[in-house]
Amino acid sequence: MIRISGLSKAFGDKEVLRGISLDVEEGTTFVVLGASGSGKTVLLKHVIGLLKPDAGTVHVDGMEISALSGRALTEARRVFGMVFQGAALFDSMTVFDNVAFPVRERERRIPHDELLARVIESLRVVDLGEDVLDEWPSQLSGGMRKRVSLARALVANPKIVLYDEPTTGLDPITTNSVDSMIDQAKHRRGVTSMVISHDIASAFRVADRLAVLYDGRIAAQGTPEEVRRSDDPYVQRFLSLWFEKQ
Amino acid sequence: MGRIRAVFEDFGGQVLFAGETLAWAVRPPFRLELLLHQAAAIGVGSTFIVAVTGLFSGMVLALQGNYAMRQFGAEGYVGGFVAISLVRELGPVFTALMVTGRSGSAITTELGTMRVTEQIDAMESMAVNPVHYLVVPRVVAATLMMPILSVVFSAMGYLGGYLIGVYVSLIPPGPYLDHTKSMLDVPDMTHGLSKAVMFGAVVSLIATYRGYSASGGARGVGDATTQAVVWSSVAILVVDYLLTFISIG
Ligand SMILES: Nc1ncnc2c1ncn2[C@@H]1O[C@H](COP(=O)(O)OP(=O)(O)OP(=O)(O)O)[C@@H](O)[C@H]1O
Ligand SMILES: [Mg+2]
Repeated sequence: MIRISGLSKAFGDKEVLRGISLDVEEGTTFVVLGASGSGKTVLLKHVIGLLKPDAGTVHVDGMEISALSGRALTEARRVFGMVFQGAALFDSMTVFDNVAFPVRERERRIPHDELLARVIESLRVVDLGEDVLDEWPSQLSGGMRKRVSLARALVANPKIVLYDEPTTGLDPITTNSVDSMIDQAKHRRGVTSMVISHDIASAFRVADRLAVLYDGRIAAQGTPEEVRRSDDPYVQRFLSLWFEKQ
Repeated sequence: MGRIRAVFEDFGGQVLFAGETLAWAVRPPFRLELLLHQAAAIGVGSTFIVAVTGLFSGMVLALQGNYAMRQFGAEGYVGGFVAISLVRELGPVFTALMVTGRSGSAITTELGTMRVTEQIDAMESMAVNPVHYLVVPRVVAATLMMPILSVVFSAMGYLGGYLIGVYVSLIPPGPYLDHTKSMLDVPDMTHGLSKAVMFGAVVSLIATYRGYSASGGARGVGDATTQAVVWSSVAILVVDYLLTFISIG
């Protein structure tokens, strides 16, 4: 499980996070909502130790990630997969090498056939065919890059997956298959997921629990039903715009 | 004051980075294919320019040597003068400057771009240490390739010097070659090669550090590349002085 307590982070004199506390239980999906610039990405990067908190701690399976560095931190990251907001594909590698990367690094002697089969399988889950294997990231559309990065995050079967806006820029059908991918990982393999989303419909679909970030704090947190009934004015405004449209 | 402080902080960061690189360099897994790839990139990138600058440097040395030594009737020594200058000094220094411009800048741009587009973060998130994966192969490759390129420079330079000395300045080829043999010793070669090794390490550590710590988008990467070239060039000459001083000072 992931336990974030009292997490604060500032860049210069800009306080981005001010005392965030939340728990993500093992085998559940936790969604973080919030306006653009509210600190969602910054929060997610703390979970995997890419940023260090000014105050507070992040524990993952009992280990204090926020206190680790160097080799110990590298080791601790083996349980994770992460989808970056901007895909962050290695642009000097083909799609195949990108997706194969985490597998190769974990299982250095894996036979090529087996590796290829796993890469193809992960790409299939995000509706990409074998024809993209030899493409370079610069040749792909934005949505395709995002999907390749989803495949790369999941190919090594991580126990915890962090998704930074996995469906932004995807069409409704692909969005749907990404949602069911997150659900399947949970049900089949007990994967713990933390998902940042701008898509409120899909957030309420996949979340076991969710939190709304506002002004560096959590404005509301709980099950989708609890958050929907929150009396926090910001949360009301944030959600009502969307529910009105339904 | 702020500027001076920044320079010292930079230097401290650079030293820590070098230490970290060394620590990861001796840890498995050793990614031989990445090392070979980088060695080839540096070789392909720099051999031509090193060969051409070497050729012309040797030609200039022969002209200048002949001009100076003819006054004492010592033009027979031009061959030795050209060889020693190249092997001890110009080979390593010019090669390092050329590699900085050609390969060092490319390394900074590549790693800097990876940094600002979060590719380095992504690598970390996959439990792969980027210093281990990206920096170590580049530094080791540059440290190995620099002496080789330096030899290419000196060999081309000696060839150029010979052509000018013998066919333009009309120094008899016999004494030209004989004096080279009697003047150029093994210690001259080890001196030149050890300089080249040091330059390879220094230049690649500066280039990788600047790229690795780049920030601020495309402009930040451009700044990092400029800084890498400037500081590498300064470092080459400072280290050159220190090594020369230790050797003969
Ligand atoms: N490395 C950094 N240096 C300085 N400021 C930063 C840095 N990273 C993030 N910030 C600032 O922190 C704030 C939150 O950024 P963050 O990327 O977490 O937003 P976000 O909630 O993910 O927004 P979006 O939905 O648009 O992706 C922003 O104001 C941003 O300017
Ligand atoms: Mg974000």
